[in-house]
Amino acid sequence: MSSVSDSTRLEISSDTQADSSQYLTFLLGGEEYGVDILRVQEIKGWDNVTQIPNTPDYIKGVINLRGAIVPIIDLRQRFNLENTQYGPTTVVIVLKVRNNEKERTVGIVVDAVSDVYNIAGDDMKPPPDFGDIDVEFVNGLATIDDKMVITLNIDELLNTPAIAESAMTTH
Amino acid sequence: MSIDITQFHQTFFEESFEGLDVMESGLLELDIGAVDSDVINAIFRAAHSIKGGSATFGFTNIATFTHAMETLLDEIRDGNRAVSTEIVDILLQSVDCLRDMITAQRDGEENDQERIDQLQKELDTLLGKEPGKDVSKQHTEDETGVENALPSEWIISFTPQPHLLKTGNDPALLFRELQSLGDLEIEADTGKLPPLAEMDPESCYLSWKLRLRGDAITEEAIREIFSWVEDDCDLEIRNASSEVRGGEKRETEKTEERVGEKGAPPKKPGKKPLTPESSSIRVSIDKVDTLINMVGELVITQSMMGNLDGDFEDFDHARLEQLREGLSLLERNIRELQESVMRIRMLPISFVFSRFPRMVHDLSQKLGKQINFEMSGEQTELDKTVMEKIGDPLVHLVRNSIDHGIEPPEVRRQRGKPEMGSVHLNAFHKGGNIVIEISDDGAGLNKERILEKAREKGLIEEDCQPSEEKIYELLFQPGFSTAETVSDISGRGVGMDVVRRNIRELGGNIDVTSSEGQGTTFTIRLPLTLAILDGQLVRIGRETYIIPLISIIESLLIAPGNINSIASKSEVYKLRDEYIPIVRTHELFGTRADSDNIEEGLLVVIEGDGQKAGLYVDELLGQQQVVIKSLETNYQKVDGISGATILGDGTVALILDVEGLIGMSRRPRGNKAQQEERAVA
Repeated sequence: MSSVSDSTRLEISSDTQADSSQYLTFLLGGEEYGVDILRVQEIKGWDNVTQIPNTPDYIKGVINLRGAIVPIIDLRQRFNLENTQYGPTTVVIVLKVRNNEKERTVGIVVDAVSDVYNIAGDDMKPPPDFGDIDVEFVNGLATIDDKMVITLNIDELLNTPAIAESAMTTH
Repeated sequence: MSIDITQFHQTFFEESFEGLDVMESGLLELDIGAVDSDVINAIFRAAHSIKGGSATFGFTNIATFTHAMETLLDEIRDGNRAVSTEIVDILLQSVDCLRDMITAQRDGEENDQERIDQLQKELDTLLGKEPGKDVSKQHTEDETGVENALPSEWIISFTPQPHLLKTGNDPALLFRELQSLGDLEIEADTGKLPPLAEMDPESCYLSWKLRLRGDAITEEAIREIFSWVEDDCDLEIRNASSEVRGGEKRETEKTEERVGEKGAPPKKPGKKPLTPESSSIRVSIDKVDTLINMVGELVITQSMMGNLDGDFEDFDHARLEQLREGLSLLERNIRELQESVMRIRMLPISFVFSRFPRMVHDLSQKLGKQINFEMSGEQTELDKTVMEKIGDPLVHLVRNSIDHGIEPPEVRRQRGKPEMGSVHLNAFHKGGNIVIEISDDGAGLNKERILEKAREKGLIEEDCQPSEEKIYELLFQPGFSTAETVSDISGRGVGMDVVRRNIRELGGNIDVTSSEGQGTTFTIRLPLTLAILDGQLVRIGRETYIIPLISIIESLLIAPGNINSIASKSEVYKLRDEYIPIVRTHELFGTRADSDNIEEGLLVVIEGDGQKAGLYVDELLGQQQVVIKSLETNYQKVDGISGATILGDGTVALILDVEGLIGMSRRPRGNKAQQEERAVA
């Protein structure tokens, strides 16, 4: 009984403590990106996918994740970065995203997993106006050991209108 | 030692709702006048269990209330009191009230104490406990209020949820309907409107405050108009002219819609719990026994195969034979086990049908029509999920039959028909489907009027003379209604299109047959279960797809001489004495097949929506049962694909949506048309 209340207190205190949160970072074309670690369900190796017809190129297809059908997004293609071959470090990060009040599971293909960092809310800087990559996916920029980490707003990744739009332009 | 009694609350609520359903259907049977002791005993038992249960859990108000009902029922049972319409009506009202009380208890909401007291007094009056003159006087006063419905003014606040438009409902249509009742003032609240850039054109951001003035407007009439959108909005209806009476009336006149809500009636329509659908399931003991037997067999097979284990050095032919036998036994056991597990989800359709007698009873009284309502095939089983979703469309169809189909008694007499109209609800299994028929012996569909109306609404061209089938098809267009007078029961044309869409979502379809003057029959076909499908595995290029076996007619080698082209674009295949279009699935999907030369592949002849087509595939693989998984859980709907499944090797295969593919092949390539259609839907 007491342990339960302890853990709740712990949660509350970590919440109040200047909202710092943990981020899992990964590499994509030499840049380091971060996602909220609480959204990460698992990390698995790249495997073959089943293609879905008439979808934008960055939707690689779907995989069987222990009985669930999970779409896989190639983040390079999503960000219009140049394609590289999938290698031994290529991994799929399975994330839980919230979209239109619905929670979905999606996998993103990235070059490699990097590290886990604590980033305090104060250390997060708003993104400048990029122009070339979609800013809507970028939550902010943080500096860790003189490196820049771009934190992503993953909920927008599988935004259905965005997909519908690009499906229209690709055809 | 103390037991946490609250863990049993859920069971009590479920059992009580079931008990209430029993009471309700029993009371309706009593209506005939003669007292059947079996029926009255069943009602009494149900009331008694509710009383006992509520007293155990300390819900004293429910217990007290039920006690009064029970006493009355007891007197009827003992023959000390004759059954009159008045008694049945009061008991029915009490059942409704009780249902609200239990719901309130479950959701932790406030009871409508006024109404409870009122009914309690009426029950007491009947029992002769407390003559209470003022009570009966007050009662008659209310009655007149309800019956004559004085000039009234209603304030309606209508706050749709954002997805309202996607369900095919149009607020403007509703308002036009309201306008037909009286003077309507509309005030829109645009406060929630986002900036243009962020706006989703398919979402509804507006809410409205409506003021409706007019003679003899009942709250029920207003509610009927909103009945199809009720689940998708917050609706509050206040009587500005007399607050008190309005409030009271709301509670008593909610009956009808409440009948529609099996098990989980909302206390206030405006505050519906969002997910009333998930709940427990009652499984008959013999189904469980079958399961246990199956598992027993599995264990036996396993030990049989276990005997084969051991020394593999001298693994001879005899053992191999045994192993093979064991495997086939295992396969059979597992298939049977799967079937029995699926049967657990199957419930008799009487769960849906049971609400209809009450509805028909109320409706026929209100419309002054005599209806002989028959049901058959109540024991037909279907999947629980399908059942939950088929209720509302059925209600709508039965209402339509009674309101539009069956003529008033005097008209029927003139036409030489019996005054009593009949409506028949039937369910049966056919192939892999369950078929539900709603037939009436009413006026039938008037083709001329449908055409006229369709032209008026611009649904078809002026000089177009469509076939009978196409005419009936028009009924399912959004915004179509041929009712001469729009009644509060049906005829607003916000119905049939929604009915069809709901049925299609379940993978079924709906047909109409009608002969003028003789009646109309609506036939709904639904898949037995949404979870499993017999599929044919085919390969196109590198991908494996699954075609539902039920839609395959035959598969054939392509004979080059039978391929013809139309306008050098569309291809048709001569299949015996008919021409069927060839669908090149890989082109629709933007993938590659083995070869562009169609003669090297196979043609799978499929039928969907009454249309045949030949699907080009590279290779036929095996047939197997597949478990359907939704793509929409984590992704979204994909045209031409109805779902996905996982094959034996762990990879994902997509299940083809036959109707969708035929539709896609008819449209020019490119997604414009589809996207527009999706936007409309």
